[in-house]
Amino acid sequence: MSPPAGRPGPLRALGGRRLPRALHPVAWWLWAIALATAASRTSNPLLLLMIFAVLGFVVAMRRTEAPWARGYRFYLLMALTVIVIRVAFRVVFETGVNPGDHVLFALPRLPTPGWYSGVQIGGPVSLEAVLSAVLDGARLACLLCCIGAANTLANPKRALRVLPGALYELGTAVTVALSVAPQLVESVQRVRRARRLRGGGGRGPRALRAIAVPVLHDALERSLRLAAAMDARGYGRTGPATRASRRLTGLLMLGGLAGLCLGAYGLLGAGVPAGVGLGGFAAGAALCLGALVLGGRRVSRSRYRPDPWRWPEWAVVGSGAVSAIVLSLGAGYDPAALNPSLYPLSWPALPVLPALAILVAALAAVAAPPPPAGPGRPGPEEAPVPAPQAAVAALPGATR
Amino acid sequence: MIRFDRVSVTYDGAASPVLRDVNLDIDEGELCLVIGHTGSGKSTLLGAVNGLVPHFTGGTLAGRVTVGGRDTARFRPRELADVAGGVGQDPQAGFVTDTVEEELAFTMEQLAVDPAAMRTRLEETLDLFGLAGLRQRALSALSGGQQQRVAIGAALTAHPRVLVLDEPTSALDPASAEDVLAAITRLVHDLGVTVMLAEHRLERVLPYADRAVYLPGDGTVTAGDPAAVLARARPGPPVAELGRLAGWEPLPLSVRDARRRAPALRARLPDPPPVVHHVSRNRPGASPAVDARGIVVRYGSLVAVRGASLALYPGEVTALMGRNGSGKSSLLWAIQGAGQRAAGTVRAGGAPAGGAGTGGARADPAALAPAAARRLVGLVPQTPADLLYLDTVDAELSQADKDARPGAGPNGAAGARADGEPGAEADGAVGAAAHARVGGVPGGAADGVPGGSRPSREILDEIAPGIPPDAHPRDLSAGQQLALVLAIQLTAAPAAILLDEPTRGLDYQAKAGLTAALDRLAGRGHAIVVATHDVEFAARSCDRVVVMAEGEIITDGPAAAVLTASPTFAPQVAKILAPLPYLTVPQVAAALGQVAAR
Repeated sequence: MSPPAGRPGPLRALGGRRLPRALHPVAWWLWAIALATAASRTSNPLLLLMIFAVLGFVVAMRRTEAPWARGYRFYLLMALTVIVIRVAFRVVFETGVNPGDHVLFALPRLPTPGWYSGVQIGGPVSLEAVLSAVLDGARLACLLCCIGAANTLANPKRALRVLPGALYELGTAVTVALSVAPQLVESVQRVRRARRLRGGGGRGPRALRAIAVPVLHDALERSLRLAAAMDARGYGRTGPATRASRRLTGLLMLGGLAGLCLGAYGLLGAGVPAGVGLGGFAAGAALCLGALVLGGRRVSRSRYRPDPWRWPEWAVVGSGAVSAIVLSLGAGYDPAALNPSLYPLSWPALPVLPALAILVAALAAVAAPPPPAGPGRPGPEEAPVPAPQAAVAALPGATR
Repeated sequence: MIRFDRVSVTYDGAASPVLRDVNLDIDEGELCLVIGHTGSGKSTLLGAVNGLVPHFTGGTLAGRVTVGGRDTARFRPRELADVAGGVGQDPQAGFVTDTVEEELAFTMEQLAVDPAAMRTRLEETLDLFGLAGLRQRALSALSGGQQQRVAIGAALTAHPRVLVLDEPTSALDPASAEDVLAAITRLVHDLGVTVMLAEHRLERVLPYADRAVYLPGDGTVTAGDPAAVLARARPGPPVAELGRLAGWEPLPLSVRDARRRAPALRARLPDPPPVVHHVSRNRPGASPAVDARGIVVRYGSLVAVRGASLALYPGEVTALMGRNGSGKSSLLWAIQGAGQRAAGTVRAGGAPAGGAGTGGARADPAALAPAAARRLVGLVPQTPADLLYLDTVDAELSQADKDARPGAGPNGAAGARADGEPGAEADGAVGAAAHARVGGVPGGAADGVPGGSRPSREILDEIAPGIPPDAHPRDLSAGQQLALVLAIQLTAAPAAILLDEPTRGLDYQAKAGLTAALDRLAGRGHAIVVATHDVEFAARSCDRVVVMAEGEIITDGPAAAVLTASPTFAPQVAKILAPLPYLTVPQVAAALGQVAAR
């Protein structure tokens, strides 16, 4: 890609002349985290549905054909499972019925011993209990889908490359872990298929062992080979670092992370004063930044064609941030509308401002440039063919 | 460039060192070939060069290894990356990124190469390895040869002075292997990179080698001129074996060398050859053990097998050849029934015992339960270890016996159905029918293949004697694992046994063992198919060669005819002795013996 002549403004770019490129992976992650923050603030089914819709829309508009981008439906399935499990638990472990509840049906009650009286199994199941379980589950499912969307939209391995130099070793571990997952799926399929060759079925504890053992062996061996290959290729090279500076870095990092945790708890949890949350967050961020800068000094490496951070990145992050901020601040609308009460049972109201804010997040689909076509799914005509030898043989003259 | 100074390597818990007092000096710009059997320490020697031994593998390294002046004991592999690059057997296992371009850039990024320099180096490397058209391609969508070239290119972008390659072509078909070797030789000749290369299939690499390092397996190392070293390494590639037989001194390394000396030998050899290259156990007139017609396999829009028809006869060993991705595996899996099949019919086993069609029990393995299907057709997959899940060889074998027992499947009346009563389900009749057919083979008759009665241990000892019963299956060598899985599959006494690329990663000894095992199995009346890229193996072991391309069978005929018809598929002996239709060294030896006796 040649550098653009002049700076194409947003308006001209929106006119369809934008060059396809991959959006900065961090932008997608920030956008998804912002939406997740918004989702965690509400249990209003209408708002949650809107967030699901926005996620689906953006994923459909801006995902690539790359292997990692085909997994969104698995996240959806997982989300559905979460809701189902949540409801099933609520139905089985009865939590008591209030006088005004609409009882749907009653399960036979299993007597529990006296020392175990906190949990009751069976009993009447009310519509309210089921609904609250569904909403709880939906919120959790929504968070899951946000992570799924980020993973689908941004190449997870590329996102890792953005990690600051100081987090290199962590990056190694995560890279190895990430590469294991898809290989695991492939190995399970291969071994399951091979199991038929030994006359075995696909069920039962023996089948589980017959599949798990070769798959795990395989995964372990591959991971070791990958780690060896990465080591041999210079991954994790460090410059000179004194013991003292390493210790200081570690200390700063731990302190910073503790601050971040505290801050996140304060910001997202309802019962903590906002000042504590913000303060903790700021202090933690500062400490972490210090640690990263200090730690990053000993790492020297360069980046090949780094992802640029231009206005589409800002726009995507901004669109997500709007929804997170509006839903977190709770100003300009009735905060109770975010978490509508189930008593009395009624159709939840749709608060206008939060709804608009969530819709703003959908603008990311337009703000982000179209994803590049390659490395797309190879059409049948470009199925892998060995390069003709003539092309290889013709080269020596050109190379030196 | 590379110097080993009294180096010994002992792995933790091992009784004896893998390498013992190794002294080795490899100069700049040499292509050094490392020769040795599986387990002789080749990988250890190579790993010691780029520091993976002992930093990554553990173990103790005594002595000193220096690469470009750097002591590997003090520098970790990552700090050696700019002097020594390494590529393993399975390029895919070493890929960190997703696309060709990113993968090539990865090493340079780690070495903090300046972005502008990185860009130019990357473009150069793309050209050097003929990868320019693939730069945006996902690594997983590349063929094996392309992947291997990307892996070598990725190591080379760091401009290392030494490149260590551990069996770079063992998983490739001949044409892809040639591409990779061409790239490697260009590195040596144009850029002066020092390359250390381990390879089982010496016949491919020997002509290019400047020096050979031989590891006999006792920890010692002999280095020197390839021809001199080769004289000590046995068994060697066919060209060297032929040279030994003919008494050529020094041994020829390439077909060209040998061919220039061959006229005298050719004059002594009778034409046509008095003995065949491989004694066929095929019984003329027998009805096929497997009859597959019009097989179609498709994955989405990709058609892997396009209407292939193949009949397999008892006692016949068939080589299934063709480049990677030509549909060999898909065809084998479709025939076995475990794989996908979009169209076509397979009738397996249960041929009429008494001869003229009394309507024996034949069945489509795909329509049967897995336990019954494997009694018709057994398949040894490309990664045999997929079938192994127990802790010891013994446990695997007894499990196999349990699975094969009549109670384990609908195989109870194997013997009773030998007369091929109409309507009998197929599975039982197979063994008996095959048994009846091999009745005439001397020695093979008594213990033919009746309904899975032979214990697996006996079968294993016949294929590969001496595998300890308490060994962990994962600790076995590739050849031993293959033998174990083959024995497990044979306990079901299938009429046909299919092997998917069994020669991958096998050394000459293991291949000779496999040839002998297949020969015995053919003698027992099994129909055998071996998918392989290895022309030499096909020449020694097979009666018939089937070549696939783009999912279609393009050639099907006797090995002697097919293997001498095209230069790509000809074994070395055929290339050297053409136009005489000799295929293997033993065949030449037998012919010479007969001439001498006369």
